[in-house]
Amino acid sequence: MSDSASPGKQLVEMSWDPITRIVGSLGIYTKIDFEERRVVECHSTSSIFRGYSIFMKGKDPRDAHFITSRICGICGDNHATCANYAQNMAFGVKPPAMAEWIVNLGEAAEYMFDHNIFQDNLVGVDFCEKMVRETNPGVLELAEHTEAPGQRVHGFRTIADIMRSLNPFEGSFYKEALHMSRVAREMFCLMEGRHVHPSTLYPGGVGTVPSQQLFTDYLLRLLKYVEFMKKVVPLHDDLFDFFYQALPGYENVGRRRILLGCWGAFQDPSVCDFRYENMSHFGRKMFVTPGIVVDGKLVTTDLVEINLGMRILLGSSFYDDWAGGEQFVTRDPLGNPVDPRHPWNQTTTPRPQKRDFKDKYTWVMAPRWFDQRTGEHLALDSGGGALARCWVTALAGVVDFGYVKATGHSLKIYLPKTVNLPETELEWRIPEWSNALERNRARTYFQAYAAAAALYFIDRAFEELHAGRTTTWHDFKVPDEGVGCGFHEAVRGILSHHMVIRGGKIANYHPYPPTPWNASPRDSFGTPGPYEDAVQGMPLFEENGRDKFKGVDIMRTVRSFDPCLPCGVHMYLGGGKELLLQHAPRFGASR
Amino acid sequence: MTLIPHGRSTQPEPAIPAINVLWITQGLSCDGDTVAITAATQPSLEEIVLGAIPGLPKVNLFHPVLAYEQGGEDFLGAFRAAIRGDLEPYLLVVEGSIPNEKIKTEGYWAAFGQGSDGQPITTCQWIDDLAPGAQALIAIGTCAAYGGIHAMSGNPTGAMGLRDYLGREWQSKIGIPIVNMPGCPVQPDNFMETLLYLLYQLAGRAPMIPLDAEGRPTWLFSATVHEGCDRGGYYEQADFAESYGSPKCIVKLGCWGPVVQCNVPKRGWMAGIGGCPNVGGVCIGCTMPGFPDKFMPFMNEPPGAIMSSAAVGMYGRTVRALRSFTRMSLNREPDWRAPGPELRTGYEPTSYRNEDAK
Repeated sequence: MSDSASPGKQLVEMSWDPITRIVGSLGIYTKIDFEERRVVECHSTSSIFRGYSIFMKGKDPRDAHFITSRICGICGDNHATCANYAQNMAFGVKPPAMAEWIVNLGEAAEYMFDHNIFQDNLVGVDFCEKMVRETNPGVLELAEHTEAPGQRVHGFRTIADIMRSLNPFEGSFYKEALHMSRVAREMFCLMEGRHVHPSTLYPGGVGTVPSQQLFTDYLLRLLKYVEFMKKVVPLHDDLFDFFYQALPGYENVGRRRILLGCWGAFQDPSVCDFRYENMSHFGRKMFVTPGIVVDGKLVTTDLVEINLGMRILLGSSFYDDWAGGEQFVTRDPLGNPVDPRHPWNQTTTPRPQKRDFKDKYTWVMAPRWFDQRTGEHLALDSGGGALARCWVTALAGVVDFGYVKATGHSLKIYLPKTVNLPETELEWRIPEWSNALERNRARTYFQAYAAAAALYFIDRAFEELHAGRTTTWHDFKVPDEGVGCGFHEAVRGILSHHMVIRGGKIANYHPYPPTPWNASPRDSFGTPGPYEDAVQGMPLFEENGRDKFKGVDIMRTVRSFDPCLPCGVHMYLGGGKELLLQHAPRFGASR
Repeated sequence: MTLIPHGRSTQPEPAIPAINVLWITQGLSCDGDTVAITAATQPSLEEIVLGAIPGLPKVNLFHPVLAYEQGGEDFLGAFRAAIRGDLEPYLLVVEGSIPNEKIKTEGYWAAFGQGSDGQPITTCQWIDDLAPGAQALIAIGTCAAYGGIHAMSGNPTGAMGLRDYLGREWQSKIGIPIVNMPGCPVQPDNFMETLLYLLYQLAGRAPMIPLDAEGRPTWLFSATVHEGCDRGGYYEQADFAESYGSPKCIVKLGCWGPVVQCNVPKRGWMAGIGGCPNVGGVCIGCTMPGFPDKFMPFMNEPPGAIMSSAAVGMYGRTVRALRSFTRMSLNREPDWRAPGPELRTGYEPTSYRNEDAK
């Protein structure tokens, strides 16, 4: 972190570049009013450009999932899966049911692994004893004297004991979580071959060979994870509830308007045929419901409507506009008009230039969702993935597969008996706010959701196996001309892939992962992206003055979105004032 | 009096007491190699960081994804100190392809941190400043080693591998060439095992790391995928899968295993689980310098396989037929295993006999 101030002003410009404990390169630049203890302004910018949509042009459409997996090193398989969905649509192929159960099992393991390692080895450090001691000693003191309500299940007597267990590399829970993230990755590798760029996924199905051994190996690891979740959910509930109690007003940290998107996860092979014409129907049958929540109201659960509302704005990003350029798709397969700013019609033209926070400052574009009811271009966020998935699915009230039930206002998650703990029913309730602590809390509950869903999928996989339906792949022909789209949930949220095929080759391909949504800069209308929006105006609770300021509340906010910036982000807070260096950087090895 | 355990004499002091590991993830990367190494158990990251392996110097890890610091100068302090020569000795790990920043007049393709001019500091600049002082330079993943996916034809950034950028002949100040650890991503234990080797070497407990002409540790990358694949027996018998999901050899479905140098089918992906052709995924050559272009389209049969699988055809089918006869025989028990009063094993008892036997 570096900070600088303008003499005689109350506002201090502070930056964190790069920000640590996230995937990818993100810098945060802020302007802070230390008297009011409030962040005044914030921009978000990315420092890496690779150009997938450019170098994919002219390549074989069957290679799309192999290539796009490499977009992300922590959820590459989400990209591969999403690409497979788009390929299946474009190629007109429906994989065998067994293949879908195998993919669902792999993706469920990915949600467990990724949420787990991010929550407990990266985010958790912001809540660990060492960090709280350095930023809020008063809070640590209170934590020492606060009994943890869930101690009988998770084994930690006080909240401070939980915090100590999160100390990096040394805390017991930090180490246990890292170990469990490996168990979940073993489950993943059983289904998709390799983590994180899978080897066994294909358009038309999978190459994984189903067997009694394969599914038993998965099941027994899953049950260990189920037992782990029974402890982790009360542990995190205790920790996050404590922060509301210890720091009144903490609900405003990272709080923004409720604008959540979820594109749905886990196909049901009994209804999903990957035909665009049937997408509204099979989307609603997914085991995590797609949808958009605006101000607490469910606006839609229709994937076709979601698709047609997508708009890619450039705003403050380093690209030339494609307005007036080639329109690849004027009507969708149902005959609906497709906007020129839709991903099917996007042309990416990078223009590297100096970073200027008053003009262009990032490699991230600004995806928005056009709300036809109001004419607004909504800067949706994913709530770090889990919050939007839980919120949309709970509100929609459609999901009910035994292990999970959506009630309209909550999710009930059933976990069966395991070695040391009895059967357990957890309930996630729709929170009052879309804020940092609730994004984090949902991340824990969604791991339990994914484990419960995996229990259901493994039942189905055994059913197929025992009935002798072990085919995992159907052949297809790549059409000369065609379009496809896939909608999925990357671990950290909404993910779409849009493909146009001409002459049997990729003519246009645009993936939209969650980070462009969450990390987007000010768009063409001046609307800030979700990180910027959530940080701007937020109160600060850190006890340190500006000399020792670590920015822990800001970092908790940004990390609550689960930034994954192989797409890249920087944030900037400042108004172009003359800067003076306030204090020298700290050097040397801390560990 | 301090009591020294008797066995301590088996653990000589490392030649250097501590080593700093600086890690740059900000090439054109996906951070997949970083994520991969958190899966490693042979050794695990925490075993290295906590000093749980005898004979190693203390390891200080400066890694953006695993750091305690919140970022910015608190985190970059170590990198800046290393450039000034105040953080000796250090190893540098680079992840991601190296973009060509010279093909344009302004802006950046890859950067982190802010320079005194308020502009981002390019990753190339950091490498230029840090490489000369490093004890060793490790390129983790195929992107950093050879360019990888982001260096595909048609790419806008001019991406390349670290060795393309620094020159094939580059050596560290103590004479170690760039250590390439390809794989997309790297196989977790392959990397951690190699890091452990280098730490032992710097501690004075191992000779110069053996590398092949492409900078790869020889003990990991000399054999081909096919030589370690448990489906190789199907190939020998010319028994080829015609659709994905079959347990047979998938060379006709796009597998490049016979010519790709990688140990993944033998080692598995993690804890011996997973892999590529051994579990039904065609080998797309992701460890090779020619990746990805020379292997695309990935789902076509490799041209070489068309010839070699035809050549093995007659031999394989004949052997398979002969073996099926042998197997039929071996699936029958010897005929003396039967109930009844008569012993037919060949033993002639002298002390017992059932009078009912003929």
